[in-house]
Amino acid sequence: MDRKQLQHQVASTRRSLFDQGYLDDQFIQLEHLQDEANPNFVEEVVRLFYSDSVRLIQNIEQAMINKSNIDFGKLDDYMHQFKGSSSSIGAKKVMKECSKFREYCYAGNIEGCIKIFQLLKQEHATLRRKLETYFQLVKQAGLAESA
Amino acid sequence: MENGFSSPRNDSFPAGLRVLVVDDDPTWLKILEKMLKRCSYEVTTCGLARDALNLLRERKGGYDIVISDVFMPDMDGFKLLEHVGLEMDLPVIMMSVDGETSRVMKGVQHGACDYLLKPIRMKELRNIWQHVFRKKIHEVRDIEILEGIESFQMTRNGSDQYEDGHFLCGEDLTLIKKRKDIESKHDEKDNGDNTSAKKARVVWSVELHQKFVKAVNQIGFDTTSLSCFYRAMTSNVCLAEVGPKKILDLMNVPRLTRENVASHLQKYRLYLSRLQKGNDFNNPVGMIKQSDSPLSDSAGSFGSQNSINLQPTDVSNGCYGFSVSSLVLHNVDPRSHDGDRKILVTTPVAEPKRGLTVDAPNPRKPRISQMEFGHPLAPHFNDGFSHLPMPGQKQLTRADYPQPARAISSAPSLTEREIGCPVKIKPSRNDYGSNASHVNSTANAVDSIPLQTKTNSTNHHVSSTSSMENQGLNMNCLTDVESSRKNINLGMPPFAPLDEDLQVRFVPGDYYMNLGLQNIEVPEYFDPSLLTDVPIHLNDGLRFDYEFYDPTEYSLIDQSLFI
Repeated sequence: MDRKQLQHQVASTRRSLFDQGYLDDQFIQLEHLQDEANPNFVEEVVRLFYSDSVRLIQNIEQAMINKSNIDFGKLDDYMHQFKGSSSSIGAKKVMKECSKFREYCYAGNIEGCIKIFQLLKQEHATLRRKLETYFQLVKQAGLAESA
Repeated sequence: MENGFSSPRNDSFPAGLRVLVVDDDPTWLKILEKMLKRCSYEVTTCGLARDALNLLRERKGGYDIVISDVFMPDMDGFKLLEHVGLEMDLPVIMMSVDGETSRVMKGVQHGACDYLLKPIRMKELRNIWQHVFRKKIHEVRDIEILEGIESFQMTRNGSDQYEDGHFLCGEDLTLIKKRKDIESKHDEKDNGDNTSAKKARVVWSVELHQKFVKAVNQIGFDTTSLSCFYRAMTSNVCLAEVGPKKILDLMNVPRLTRENVASHLQKYRLYLSRLQKGNDFNNPVGMIKQSDSPLSDSAGSFGSQNSINLQPTDVSNGCYGFSVSSLVLHNVDPRSHDGDRKILVTTPVAEPKRGLTVDAPNPRKPRISQMEFGHPLAPHFNDGFSHLPMPGQKQLTRADYPQPARAISSAPSLTEREIGCPVKIKPSRNDYGSNASHVNSTANAVDSIPLQTKTNSTNHHVSSTSSMENQGLNMNCLTDVESSRKNINLGMPPFAPLDEDLQVRFVPGDYYMNLGLQNIEVPEYFDPSLLTDVPIHLNDGLRFDYEFYDPTEYSLIDQSLFI
């Protein structure tokens, strides 16, 4: 694939991420922050997010393990943290699930929480794959450019 | 660039604004750092509130503004906010992904100068310099007020109170002077009376705070009834009815403005509400004890913040900032009332009643002498530690220190910490005597409070564990205050100098109360015989209500999270 095609692909992949609601404006903010001093800023941030979210997800799962004795306050706090983190990269769909989760939390509905959490993890993983693909393309296009 | 902001005339203003960002989320930390750098600000990041406080304390005057997330694992963002406001008097911006009104309100109540919602846009960060600027301007005005009060106080307290007579540290002074140039109209206030010609923010000395509390109580509290105390504690109803104007009138302090009183009142309210919360819990000693309960940190800091925190900077620079006053406010609770007493307890800072000058135990004590906190602490202190004799104090000091390792993050120095809250209680024997009578009355009042009993029992409980903290010494309330910071070492002259670790310095004639909470191992040091020489009122003062300890607030204690 030549450079131009790659660039087009990058652009359309990026576009679709927004159009399909995976990402929001925050991602664009990150792109704006990328500069010569930090040429891979966006990718670095995304990686950081995903590596840190492992811990957050674990916290949430731990808090839901004992169904008969759930500390909803704590659970909500963890989810709050997770949501905050997701907002950093503009993970729109993930955040939506976070909000739903918190609603179930307020209602003390653990089953609901568990279900939503599954969906949330799926969204989280899907976005990750899409972003990885996207960054790959970006790299390729960049290489093609310098070639 | 580092001092870019301190000299506003710098063309690149506000470039170089020194920002400290605190957020447990590494992703956000990275993003914010980048954004702030893009604004040409000088950024320092911190993943833990505790680290942030350490940094702030270590480098007084090293930051212009703090941005912190509301939710952090080791400490509630609001608590950090209070600490910073009290100790360093820096503008603090809160952040959160949660924009609920109640949270925002809480931020405002705790003194945040702004509340940002995540995701944060860079344009929102560009203008944060306005908060720093605004604060400086307000300080200038306060300084003018202070001048008058200063001279008034100095005359009263003797000139050695002010160490160098400098109330502001270098940069601040410069900045303020500059501001004064800009706002020359403020200069019309009575500068002539200011013998020291020093500018400073309104320093809420012990005496001044005493007057304040007295006025507040007169207006809204029933001075003698316990129910009032409870009422005050359970709802800030009393305080809510109190208006700054009324207080100002009652206080009758020349050159004190309604604004000064209003802001002091605000802090006082916060202080009371914290106590109130703590009150609900009667946190057992056990909880606090052993752990480096956050109380010590918080309490210490709190305590120190108010009065002493100024100190940290002050100590080093001989400057006194407003924080001192805030400290007083928070830590010192209105002495006149039982309820207050409680508060007092928490704030080691000094109970104005005592008229002791709380001085930081550290070697620099003389500096702190400026803070005349009377014996505020003494009475309470004694109460709380009824079984803690002076040695207890020693312990307290120790308590502070033991934690140093943990709580005080920068352990290095307790000395530094002390500086932070060098509250020097300098009663001098004579004063003590005179204060004693004063205190006695207070003490009596205090005694009447059942809480004390509780405390006592708790204390007993604690005795085994020895947590002074349990003593309720400020601990409860102090949670905010870092005990270490407090370094309010009320040394009782009659007692042999505390050891080393306590860093309690017994300066002849000086009383140092170490409000080290929490790890105060009182029992060990308790030596009844030591008490004999202790003035009665001192004993009274030792009682701390650790009932005020608010376990919820200090759940950290469990986690041994201290700042």
